[in-house]
Amino acid sequence: MKVGIQGIGLLAAGLEGWRAGRAVLAGTGPFAPVAVPDPEAALLPPNERRRSSDCVRWALHVAREAIAQSGLDPREVPTVFASSGGEMGVIDAVCRTLAMPERVISPTLFHQSVHNTASGYWGIATSCQQSSTALSCYDDSFAAGLLEAITFVCVEQRPVLLVAYDLAVAAPLNEARPITIGFAVALVLAPPSGASFVSMHLRLEEAHQDEASRLQDPALEQVRQDNPAARSLPLLRAIATGGSQRIILSLLDSQQLVLDLDPCRN
Amino acid sequence: MLPNARPMTPLTLTAYTLVTANGRGVGPVLQALRERRSGLKPCDFEDVPLKTYIGRVEGLEDFSLGIELERFDCRNNRLAWLGLQQDGFMVAVAEAKQRYGAHRVAVVMGTSTSGILETEHAYQARDLAGSLPAWYTSRYRYTHNMFSLGHFVRACLGLRGPAMVVSTACSSSAKVFATADRLLRAGLCDAAIVGGVDSLCLTTLYGFSALQLLSSSPCRPCDEDRDGLSLGEAAGFALLESSTSVSRRGAVALLGYGESTDGYHMSHPHPEGAGAIRAIQDALGRAGLQPRDIDYVNLHGTATRVNDAVEDKAVSGIFGRMTPCSSTKGWTGHTLGAAGITEALISVLCLKHGFLPGTLNCKRIDPTLHSRILRDNDVRPVQRILSNIFGFGGNNCSLILGTLR
Repeated sequence: MKVGIQGIGLLAAGLEGWRAGRAVLAGTGPFAPVAVPDPEAALLPPNERRRSSDCVRWALHVAREAIAQSGLDPREVPTVFASSGGEMGVIDAVCRTLAMPERVISPTLFHQSVHNTASGYWGIATSCQQSSTALSCYDDSFAAGLLEAITFVCVEQRPVLLVAYDLAVAAPLNEARPITIGFAVALVLAPPSGASFVSMHLRLEEAHQDEASRLQDPALEQVRQDNPAARSLPLLRAIATGGSQRIILSLLDSQQLVLDLDPCRN
Repeated sequence: MLPNARPMTPLTLTAYTLVTANGRGVGPVLQALRERRSGLKPCDFEDVPLKTYIGRVEGLEDFSLGIELERFDCRNNRLAWLGLQQDGFMVAVAEAKQRYGAHRVAVVMGTSTSGILETEHAYQARDLAGSLPAWYTSRYRYTHNMFSLGHFVRACLGLRGPAMVVSTACSSSAKVFATADRLLRAGLCDAAIVGGVDSLCLTTLYGFSALQLLSSSPCRPCDEDRDGLSLGEAAGFALLESSTSVSRRGAVALLGYGESTDGYHMSHPHPEGAGAIRAIQDALGRAGLQPRDIDYVNLHGTATRVNDAVEDKAVSGIFGRMTPCSSTKGWTGHTLGAAGITEALISVLCLKHGFLPGTLNCKRIDPTLHSRILRDNDVRPVQRILSNIFGFGGNNCSLILGTLR
């Protein structure tokens, strides 16, 4: 299965936006992580923006960056959202409330607790009525999302926006899921064409041992291991450095995605 | 779906199983449907004092998964396990595994709240420093994390193919059919276990109560006095294979599916049902069918004022006043992330046994609804059924199931 990449969005400490992130990943700029300012989510109507969760703002921020690069109309592009735990901050607030005697939770908090909150807000922000999926595969959520997005592109022969995100988990839930840094990435994938800057061939194969691609830079490798969405980093690094490259992403203990990348010359 | 595209190759439901408040396995569910016996009872879940009815599956409170699966132990996975044990499902999966190889069978599950009840209990058991108990933190991955159900089902069935959990609120276990079709068509697997499990928890009981969407009586879909939904819980699974690899005349198959979003509001449907219309038309297009080819529509029909009215606009706009429609939520309650598989399998029972369920608890059909709402059960041959599921985030999915000729 072959797809082209037409747009990339990226947000993490030291990797703010694809332009800056690409330089860091290509080794032409230093990786200097400093706290990321809260994304504005200017796409959302003001009342929705005020109530939106961190996850929603991060996911929409990278989604917008990727779609803008692709030049596609977001109303025409189906979406796949992938996250290990989704709205962990909202779930924390809901469970705190439910542990109190009155158990009065706000309707807004409740509807924001679903795994497809970012998907729903993206639709509200862009008026997109296309198919949208939200999924999870624990640490391999990015790989599962990529698999769903690529099969969608190939089977339906149309572009798809993939958005993967997981945010730092606050106490006390971090005892159960210790993710210490936020990471969000978006890819616009499409049938191969002149509009792609990279083409990517996917093969799914049985894995007999962990052969997943890693990063040489220890600080970036630490980010990759810390956050499920950051499992995208070897792929992003390969795109940043260019040339023909093979990347392997683990999917559970028994499968792996083998990605062969080729730069497109327009 | 693009216009002029060819219809999809139907996917055969080689085996299937369902557990709802009406019973364990498709037999008891079918019997309840025929006898018009609801599974809804006054809320007796934990210490919840809400004045509402629930479709609780009996026996989940005192239940052991056994030592090997202990780390997965939570209400949601107990319900999943109960589902897997019914209707010879495990045997059918073992045969498929033999046929194709464990790594060629995918697992695509749907749930909205996974094992969140564990987290709710853990927050109640925080120590003075606010820390969560160790029994919870060491098992979060296997209980509450959104992938837990997929992990659990894959482990129970000994499968090694691709797996994921779709969580798009109420449409979750309808959309698993679409994802499985893509994996099959792309050649990434030869068979797929699809399904969904959602179980009762405080989050949804108090959440829907906060939205003022819970009825104080058993839910009454399409009734002029309907005043909200009743929550339920369910587990359902199906083994999907391409109809070209297992061509069986008379077998029940997925003929089409349609996915869309409203792009309108997180918890209110689009007022004109725009997203619902898209999903239904997409499903018809993918199946290569016209509205007149559909014999019965299993409505989402939650019994909230707004859902039933908006869904009626979409359904009557496409099917007019002739196609019989009903909601089966009066039997099961709204099983949220499991509603897709629950109603898909109820549709399978209708196809297999030639009957249409009326809308249980609907006494006087809302005169402002334009669709042909069935109030009483009807016995007649049925060839093709469309099932609607709509969820939070404006996420919609329609499935078309039919008998292969």
